[in-house]
Amino acid sequence: MTRRSWGWHLLLVLILLVLLYPVVWLVSASFKPAEEVLAGLSLLPSHATGDNYTQVFGGVAGYSVWHYFANSLVISIGAVIGNVLSCSLAAYAFARLHFRGRGPMFGFMLSTIMLPQHVVLIPQYVIFQKLGMVNTFWPLVLPKFLATDAFFVFLMVQFIRALPGELDEAATIDGCGPVRTFRYVIAPLLRPALITTAIFTFIWTWNDFFSQLIYLNDPAKFTLPLALQIFVDQTSQSAFGPMFAMSVLALLPIGLFFFAFQRYLVEGVATSGLKG
Amino acid sequence: MTQAVLDRPVARERAVPRRRRAGRGTGYLFLSPWLIGVLVLTIGPMIASLYLSFTDYDLFDAPRWVGLDNYATMFTRDDRFWHAAGVTARYVGLSVPLKLGLALAVAMLLNRARRGAGLYRSAFYAPSLLGASVSLALVWRAMFSTGGTADRVLAAFGLDTGGWVDQPQFALLAVIALAVWQFGAPMVIFLAGLKQIPKELYEAAELDGAGALRRFRSVTLPMLSPVLLFNLVLETIHAFQSFTGAFVVSSGRGGPSDSTLLYTLYLYQRGFTDFRMGFASAMAWVLLVVIGVLTALLFRGSRRWVFYAGEGR
Repeated sequence: MTRRSWGWHLLLVLILLVLLYPVVWLVSASFKPAEEVLAGLSLLPSHATGDNYTQVFGGVAGYSVWHYFANSLVISIGAVIGNVLSCSLAAYAFARLHFRGRGPMFGFMLSTIMLPQHVVLIPQYVIFQKLGMVNTFWPLVLPKFLATDAFFVFLMVQFIRALPGELDEAATIDGCGPVRTFRYVIAPLLRPALITTAIFTFIWTWNDFFSQLIYLNDPAKFTLPLALQIFVDQTSQSAFGPMFAMSVLALLPIGLFFFAFQRYLVEGVATSGLKG
Repeated sequence: MTQAVLDRPVARERAVPRRRRAGRGTGYLFLSPWLIGVLVLTIGPMIASLYLSFTDYDLFDAPRWVGLDNYATMFTRDDRFWHAAGVTARYVGLSVPLKLGLALAVAMLLNRARRGAGLYRSAFYAPSLLGASVSLALVWRAMFSTGGTADRVLAAFGLDTGGWVDQPQFALLAVIALAVWQFGAPMVIFLAGLKQIPKELYEAAELDGAGALRRFRSVTLPMLSPVLLFNLVLETIHAFQSFTGAFVVSSGRGGPSDSTLLYTLYLYQRGFTDFRMGFASAMAWVLLVVIGVLTALLFRGSRRWVFYAGEGR
């Protein structure tokens, strides 16, 4: 290695250390004994302890941490299925099928990407309240089955448009209607875009706080972010250890996704400008 | 003229085989989830919230028409509204330039591709995935509390600020730091843009005797300007809607002394703590208009500084 390249690596590693410090700090804090959590810069606990974890497995606000974990998982998986299905159907229609009003509708779809959710928040809440769905998972999952995450529709439209039209024509000549063309020709080719959609939907739903805060208010229905937030306000400083243990567990799936799919994630951002 | 006639939609329509026309219904069939979603969850609620913004509505009794009262109260009598708007302006005005500046600097560093650039890119991107979580906001709250990491590091440099999250003059900075920490996503986009700039341009500039700074100003910036605009618009819209960090750091109150009371946080309090849904709807529409106008201004202003290669300006 040349001297210049050493300097380059040194600088980047330095940035990396500063950047990852909070994450390392969190993991280390989760293994510290109660009195050490907030005190001291040291990243190494004087003696590592699993007590914090035992405590959150035992119960937070009446439920084991796994309960909240399961709730988060159900909502996130529901959202993934919803987005993958509904967005791909809409994208196929916009990219390949001909019908009246396609252009204006496509334009409107694009504009909803930029729409702040606050403008629809309160009437949506009223709708779900009238349907008796507040304090259930439906308000968090159902909209995903209606392709409300327009960004993913756009992502897939771009992807389908890049596929050669001859494939569709061949399928038509072989006697396939649009339904079978979608099922057997487009959907399999769309897989990379579907995977990108699935990963980002999972991570965003898993991390989502605002909608869950609004729609869920019974501890039995709480997700990890909500349980964490309630936890920190109910407890004294001495319970910071268990809180950080729970925080680590909340980040675990995201960490796993990151290591398994970092190519998809980073490429997804690079090529389509996903906000990440 | 003949061409124009041929191109007329009607003329083409006739040429479309029967099969395709049968496909029309299928188009709506495929689109039906989106159509229902748009009508029931977007257009309907938008109209409804516009209507609610002219009413007094507490979710339990029927909305009562009050005309422009909510807007009048907001603009003339509600100090917290203006305060929240100010906090948000400071938040957006500081976090977006800092985040984009850092993103561009690191992207340029990474673009001098050496071994391991891909690895660094992934690692720098990771905070963008983690930073939106409650977990990280809690870490921030602990690190920026009195006696926390930030306090001690600053004290070691002779800056005895105390814990940022406990003091009105610093608390918002802690929230901004959390946003800037997530510079990875725009960095990845910048990096993709930098890779598109032809090397010949740099070589030519160097032959002409341009120094590093000049090459940055005259080659990198203009070639990258469309990407810069994209990131700027995206991050600005995003920053206006930021919520979780400020909520968690201040336990949902926006304190201390309302110093982290972001617009969205105040909207949430008005709507879902005080149940003043009409007022909250009015706030939402003001937010939409502000974001819309600002985005339009960014695009309009961009004509002066964004350079599209191939347009031959």
